[in-house]
Amino acid sequence: MKENAILEMKGIYKIFPGVRALQDVDFTLCKGEIHALMGENGAGKSTLIKVLTGVYEKDGGDIFLEGLGKAAVIRSPQDAQKLGISTVYQEITLCPNLSVAENMYIGRGDGAVQNWKKMNADADKILQNLDIPARGAQQLSSCSIAIQQMVAIARAVDMDCKVLILDEPTSSLDEKEVEKLFGLMRDLKKRGVGIIFVTHFLDQVYEVCDKITVLRDGKLVGEYEIKDLPRVQLVSKMLGKELDDMSDIKSDALAYKGKDADTNVFEAVGLQSNADIKPFNFHIKKGEVNGFTGLLGSGRSECVRAIFGADRVIAGNVKKDGKEVKIKKPIDAMKLGIAYLPEDRKLDGIVGDLSVRENIILAAQVLRGAFKPFSKAETYKIADEYIKMLEIKTASADTPIKSLSGGNQQKCILARWLLTHPDYLILDEPTRGIDVGTKIEIQKLVLKLASEGMSVTFISSETDEMLRTCSRLIVMRDRKVVGELSNEELCQSSIMNTIAGGGTTDEK
Amino acid sequence: MKNKEKKSGIGGLMRGLVRKQIFIPIAALVILTIFNYIMDPTFFKITLSPNSLGYNVLSGSIITILDNGSELAILAIGMTLVTAASGGQDISVGATIAIAGSVILRILCGGQTSPDTLQAPVIVAFLVACVAGMLAGAFNGALVAYFRIQPMIATLILFTAGRSIGAWINNNTLPVVKDPSFAVYGGFIPGIAVPTPFLITVACIIIITLVLKFTTLGLYTQSVGINEESSRLNGLNPAFIKFLTFVILGLCVAVAALIKVSRISSINYSVIAKDIEMDAILAVALGGNKLSGGKFNMAASIIGAYVIQFLTTTLYALKVDANALPAYKAVVVIALVVLSAPSVTEKISALGKKMKPKAKEVA
Amino acid sequence: MKEKFKNMSDTNLLLTITIVIFFLMYIGAILFLGEGFLKPQAFFNILNSQAALIITSCGLSLVMITGGIDISVGGVVALVSMSCAVLLDYKGGNIAEAILLAIGIGLAFGIVQGFLVAYLDIQPFIVTLAGMFFARGLTTIVHTNPFNVEHAGFIALKDTRIYIPGMGSFNKKGVYIPAYINIGVVVAIVVVIVLFCVLRWSKAGRHFYAVGGNRQSALMLGINVKRTVFASHVMCGLLAGIAGFVYFMYVGSGSPAHASGMEMNAIASSIIGGTLLTGGVGNIIGTLFGVLSLSTIQNIVQSAGLDQAWWTNITIAAMLCLFLVIQSIVMARKKSAE
Repeated sequence: MKENAILEMKGIYKIFPGVRALQDVDFTLCKGEIHALMGENGAGKSTLIKVLTGVYEKDGGDIFLEGLGKAAVIRSPQDAQKLGISTVYQEITLCPNLSVAENMYIGRGDGAVQNWKKMNADADKILQNLDIPARGAQQLSSCSIAIQQMVAIARAVDMDCKVLILDEPTSSLDEKEVEKLFGLMRDLKKRGVGIIFVTHFLDQVYEVCDKITVLRDGKLVGEYEIKDLPRVQLVSKMLGKELDDMSDIKSDALAYKGKDADTNVFEAVGLQSNADIKPFNFHIKKGEVNGFTGLLGSGRSECVRAIFGADRVIAGNVKKDGKEVKIKKPIDAMKLGIAYLPEDRKLDGIVGDLSVRENIILAAQVLRGAFKPFSKAETYKIADEYIKMLEIKTASADTPIKSLSGGNQQKCILARWLLTHPDYLILDEPTRGIDVGTKIEIQKLVLKLASEGMSVTFISSETDEMLRTCSRLIVMRDRKVVGELSNEELCQSSIMNTIAGGGTTDEK
Repeated sequence: MKNKEKKSGIGGLMRGLVRKQIFIPIAALVILTIFNYIMDPTFFKITLSPNSLGYNVLSGSIITILDNGSELAILAIGMTLVTAASGGQDISVGATIAIAGSVILRILCGGQTSPDTLQAPVIVAFLVACVAGMLAGAFNGALVAYFRIQPMIATLILFTAGRSIGAWINNNTLPVVKDPSFAVYGGFIPGIAVPTPFLITVACIIIITLVLKFTTLGLYTQSVGINEESSRLNGLNPAFIKFLTFVILGLCVAVAALIKVSRISSINYSVIAKDIEMDAILAVALGGNKLSGGKFNMAASIIGAYVIQFLTTTLYALKVDANALPAYKAVVVIALVVLSAPSVTEKISALGKKMKPKAKEVA
Repeated sequence: MKEKFKNMSDTNLLLTITIVIFFLMYIGAILFLGEGFLKPQAFFNILNSQAALIITSCGLSLVMITGGIDISVGGVVALVSMSCAVLLDYKGGNIAEAILLAIGIGLAFGIVQGFLVAYLDIQPFIVTLAGMFFARGLTTIVHTNPFNVEHAGFIALKDTRIYIPGMGSFNKKGVYIPAYINIGVVVAIVVVIVLFCVLRWSKAGRHFYAVGGNRQSALMLGINVKRTVFASHVMCGLLAGIAGFVYFMYVGSGSPAHASGMEMNAIASSIIGGTLLTGGVGNIIGTLFGVLSLSTIQNIVQSAGLDQAWWTNITIAAMLCLFLVIQSIVMARKKSAE
């Protein structure tokens, strides 16, 4: 092993039926370093992590750990824990029915007897130290997702691990919580813990990491010091090609120029749902791209859900194309030509076991009605058309959608809604968790659709993405609309100001 | 979870599995057939001979299986839909057959124990039984869909009470229908050599095939079974679809009840359709359908039902005591389920791969 | 109050509901159906007759907490009582051998079913359904006709009464009749206490809850999920074996028709006791009260003069329905309160 190294993975192979997920991948982690593991979706990051944590068994290669002398045998998450490797996953891997303290201590430690008092006290102490607003005795399911994620991190931190793996832990945290997490990471680094950090957020990588290892298509691209690898190069290494100029995709030539460009396609006054948001006013014009922005949990998703009738609407008047309408459930909105791509692709979007074809036609079929099914031939024709149009990478139209990569799944869902020929399309985080290449494709598509007269509402956690696509932004804070920005006001700093509440806004 | 991910890696493999789904019940059928042929070469003999009423009917082991498997096959249709949409099973079908059967007799006998003539046309009795079956289904469906109770548990209620309700409907008497025209549904139509229950089953299969072809029931139930929230956001009403599948199963129950009571022209509340819920669930499982819901294969389920009946008949032919039958059935079922378990098939295919190592690259 | 309701763990919330309803029901029975229910012996009789069901339900609750189900328990109970009866009366076995046989049968079922469920990943419903068929069929194969056991030592054991001082009552003639429980009740109480402690205070016990709460997470938290699921089935099988012997001590005979529908009563008891079939939530004390509630309602129905056979089943079903709906509403409200 190299000097100072705490973990060395050498020549790792992992083969799934028909796919080489990892090929001859090396990875080295040193003491007290934060090491970013980067790559597009399907590059093999998650597989590498899962091999290291014993969720998958590797098909070749060796893993060495400091002070172990021989190659480590990791066959299960328990083995990994015992060897001092702890992991925080993107999705919460805790048990909702247990208490916070139990979630922190279960599955580790010796002895057969559970000492509740001591456990709760220990847990409370750690939670307090890390400034996490939860109590040990509380049932986990009564905490918010962000706090649950912090609890998972607290568990990992408390395990006296040598290697800490953070697999996209920040996607459900807001900025403050991310800051807190970074503080924690730096603290652990000082204590000599090696941290592997997987994330899609480039800013975060450059903020905390020391080194970057890039994977592409299951192969190692290289290991770099952070200072030697500027952002643009990192992205091109991940994509394996030079980057288009991302900032240039929005241009006036693409704007919708129809005569009816000034009419409101959708209008809402005092709209409110049972998802705990304040009543809000909203409108969108034909061919316009606007967006809701704000911190996570500010209520931006809930607003569009209220528009689509996904949550129960409790107040407000809604007009579609100038006519008063009632939208109580999704089908009402769909019939009015509104489409909604939900925030959580896995939970609310895809129907996992069904084929790509069935997933694509689903919404259009529901609109046609239960007694007018598409014929099989029609569905193949439609599916093939959209697979080609959106460049969906799938073995065939009959492949179950769950076996596609995140980006391609998202394109299928997009295809599903485009097939309903909506005149108002709502996209809630269409680019979350998908690779840079697909992100740009989707952004371009949005602008193209708008230029053809479709109205689009776009939500994204990445402000620069919003700035690139939207011509008007509705800013939210604490579950209410606090401002609206357009034209020259559209810049990073004014958004931040409005969110923070310092800007010149028409706050109610 | 791990296994699942591995499998879904590639489309070709999944297609192979789908092919395999119908393969399981058919393979079981073939094995049973060969076994029976060895045990008794006359097993497949079908004869045309006069029955007690004097007209020619088909008889033979195969005919017996097709005849007696009718109720099971009809129930398997409804059970498959319920399983797909709700991810659970209805264990009350046997008990609700007792209810629907009791209703039929109550109407035909008009409250008397053994009247000499029918007190109402059979069709009326059947339609009322359909309503009763659908009401029972609606009760189960409402608990599952609107109160979100696990199907097995929700249907436990009628499973417990159903036979008692059946007894209560006829005030715990055992009405007997004397009119021979009622026996047609569980026996033979004069002049037709094929048992009526089989004809009824064929009619049911044709109806469900048409329904699946000309409506989107299949897509909707699968979609709801796989991802309820996503289905809702696509404009479906998942609760209603689940509810609907239970009502459809209730209809199947009524048809099965008609055949069952017609066979003996009477009813025994505690014995009628006993354990049929278990057989119906096994039929769905044998058909290779996931009992946790989602994708289904209707043909495989129906074949599964006949496999179960085939097995029962085979065991009877081997002179197994009727009460000991379940033990043998259990062994066969476990053998089948173990052989088709993903973890086992994977190991077998891994063994096969070791013999012939090759790695295929797919873009 | 509302805060407290919100912060209560699901397990404790459902447990509280169960216990409150049980006491309300019992008090109602005393008020409306008179003195009979006031006598401690009325309560002890419930225990005596339901000891086997209590033990079975405890085992089942364990499996249900891990998110599984075992419907073979009734069949195992029938098989055990028949096998023990045959052993004692026809094969010249003694009581110790009978007890070993009971435990052996239970363990065998538990181990095989546990292996199939945990390590071969087959749906528990199917496996234990086959187990139930197998046990029921085997019972007939062991011996076809019902018969009463005449083994002297066994009859002595069966009739052993443990008197509870101070709980007796006077009959109409003024003669003091001491209150008693059977040996089976002692066994049941021990089982309840041991299991309660294991689930509450042992780390292994908490693993059952974790696995039931979220299997994938439990794996990631370093719990051996397969072993835990396996253990739950083995325990359930073992308890079904013990319950079989307790049942045998209560009825004193072997019959293929014994314990028919017991699996459903056990499931019903667990649910009334606050175990969620989805797993992760449940409590042994709740299960105990589930059994007691179920059998109290049966007694009430009978005392109220509805003695036709069908009323018992219909009331059990109605009660199950009531509890399921209450659970469903409470859990939904709790969720929306969050």
